[in-house]
Amino acid sequence: MATTILKAEGAASVEYAARIEHVSKSFAGPAGQQLVLDDITLDVAPGEFVTLLGASGCGKSTLLNLVAGLDRPTAGGITTDGRPSLMFQEHALFPWLTAGKNIELALKLRGVPKNERRGRAGELLELVRLTGSYGKRVHELSGGMRQRVALARALAQDSRLLLMDEPFAALDAITRDVLHDELTRIWAETGVSVLFVTHNVREAVRLAQRVVLLSSRPGRVAREWRVDIPQPRRIEDAPVAELSLEITEVLRGEIRRHGQH
Amino acid sequence: MASTETTGTAGTTASAEDGAAPGGPAKDGLGGLEAGLDALETSATDRTPLRRTLVDKVLPPVVAVAVVLLVWQALISLKVVDDPSKLPSPADVGDEFKDAWLEGRLLGYIWTSVSRGLLGFLFALAIGTPLGLLVARVKFVRAAIGPILSGLQSLPSVAWVPPAVIWLGLNNSMMYAVILLGAVPSIANGLVSGIDQVPPLFLRAGRTMGATGWRGAWHIVMPAALPGYLAGLKQGWAFSWRSLMAAEIIASSPDLGIGLGALLENGRNASSMSMVFEAIILILFVGIAIDLLIFSPLERRVLRGRGLLVKG
Ligand SMILES: Nc1ncnc2c1ncn2[C@@H]1O[C@H](COP(=O)(O)OP(=O)(O)OP(=O)(O)O)[C@@H](O)[C@H]1O
Ligand SMILES: [Mg+2]
Repeated sequence: MATTILKAEGAASVEYAARIEHVSKSFAGPAGQQLVLDDITLDVAPGEFVTLLGASGCGKSTLLNLVAGLDRPTAGGITTDGRPSLMFQEHALFPWLTAGKNIELALKLRGVPKNERRGRAGELLELVRLTGSYGKRVHELSGGMRQRVALARALAQDSRLLLMDEPFAALDAITRDVLHDELTRIWAETGVSVLFVTHNVREAVRLAQRVVLLSSRPGRVAREWRVDIPQPRRIEDAPVAELSLEITEVLRGEIRRHGQH
Repeated sequence: MASTETTGTAGTTASAEDGAAPGGPAKDGLGGLEAGLDALETSATDRTPLRRTLVDKVLPPVVAVAVVLLVWQALISLKVVDDPSKLPSPADVGDEFKDAWLEGRLLGYIWTSVSRGLLGFLFALAIGTPLGLLVARVKFVRAAIGPILSGLQSLPSVAWVPPAVIWLGLNNSMMYAVILLGAVPSIANGLVSGIDQVPPLFLRAGRTMGATGWRGAWHIVMPAALPGYLAGLKQGWAFSWRSLMAAEIIASSPDLGIGLGALLENGRNASSMSMVFEAIILILFVGIAIDLLIFSPLERRVLRGRGLLVKG
């Protein structure tokens, strides 16, 4: 099992961090009910890193919102190990607070006592290597730094499950590589479970222990891959490229299938 | 330069392992790269020096006032308008100011009106804020009084003076009532539109962090709505001041003391155009001064903190 390579503390009392069972979701559209997600069943084990891959508009964000509890499924059930934290595609940091205070707000809402917050926020900033940025306003940070603060804020919630919705999609390739390294390191250090949404196949393979491909319209679990490439990985490594190619082929097939109807 | 300053902070984490060699295959990931990227992408923000502020901000209005005075004087000197009961000379108006100052009346006029205006505004604030919150958050209340509140904004507050006089008599409460009716809708509406414009992303982010209900209102909705609220306050002050002047002009009475509106009315009754000008200039001056001293700095502070203010 994937969990064996994780630190012992990652093993929780529950045997899943998220359990998605036969979840469907439809929205009221102009042509009646539009089925976006159809009978999705997916488990994320404690400490596991799963990437959700799919074409644009296939319902990845919808699924993540359901898991985060921001919306309710039309059918099926979702259980999570505590309230998950969610990192959005846009950083979603509060511009009226400094980087440090954004993190402290998450700590405060979680009930961390006042005298511990400052220190905790400092540690989290150190974890994402932004020690000097405590007092910086959001607009004074670069895009990559904002996403790192957002990651620190999500970690401040101390959830057992971290949901990430294409958090690095808007960044340039080099910054993204750096953040991939950061994320892998933090994941290994904290033992948090991650459900990471992306439409970038290489990114999915670079990060995950398991890649789940969603089909489009309606979104269904099309296929899954276990990624056994050992972890200090690089996006340009040959095994990563090889598996990416294989997945891309299947993804293309999925998309092509739509063109035929 | 900007980059040298920021390298100092971000570079400390990476320098030990990899130095500054960009792209060098460091053992611990891409640490050196990271510091370089941060340094490149962060911009340093510095404050404008005092001299620049003087030249950029103070000089233009001073020039504008000087031009107006010049044109005014020219109209008199060139005898374009040759009737002091229609257009007094700048010197006449200046004398009026001087007399009022020497006799110790000038500050009295200003204080009578300003203290009334500010106190009324504070009342309006205390009523308009909870009212705005209610309208924004409670569907029924919004449907019930939302349209009326926006409609009231376009009702000239002079319209309230006659009924206020009939209900409350010629006294200070009547002045406050007129101010409230003028300013409360602006303040409430400002808050409502501020809350309506809070990006849903912030609300959702707050919810995933556990900020729901009152905690959400306090930690997310209120701070996010602050710019709209401040704009409402600013407009609320303008309306307070206007309403008050209307009330003072229409309902002057010896028991009420002489504020700026009463001064204007007295000038008219005495057919003293220079006194009328004195009053108009003072009314304008106070309105601008309060905005410049209180509301503009507050608004700029909030907007700058959020990076919403383009420097210049
Ligand atoms: N609130 C909503 N109301 C109606 N339709 C919606 C709503 N949210 C999403 N949809 C529809 O559901 C589908 C999936 O949207 P979703 O945002 O989950 O896609 P996605 O996979 O995240 O795409 P992307 O990669 O572009 O972010 C889209 O067709 C969208 O139009
Ligand atoms: Mg999406």
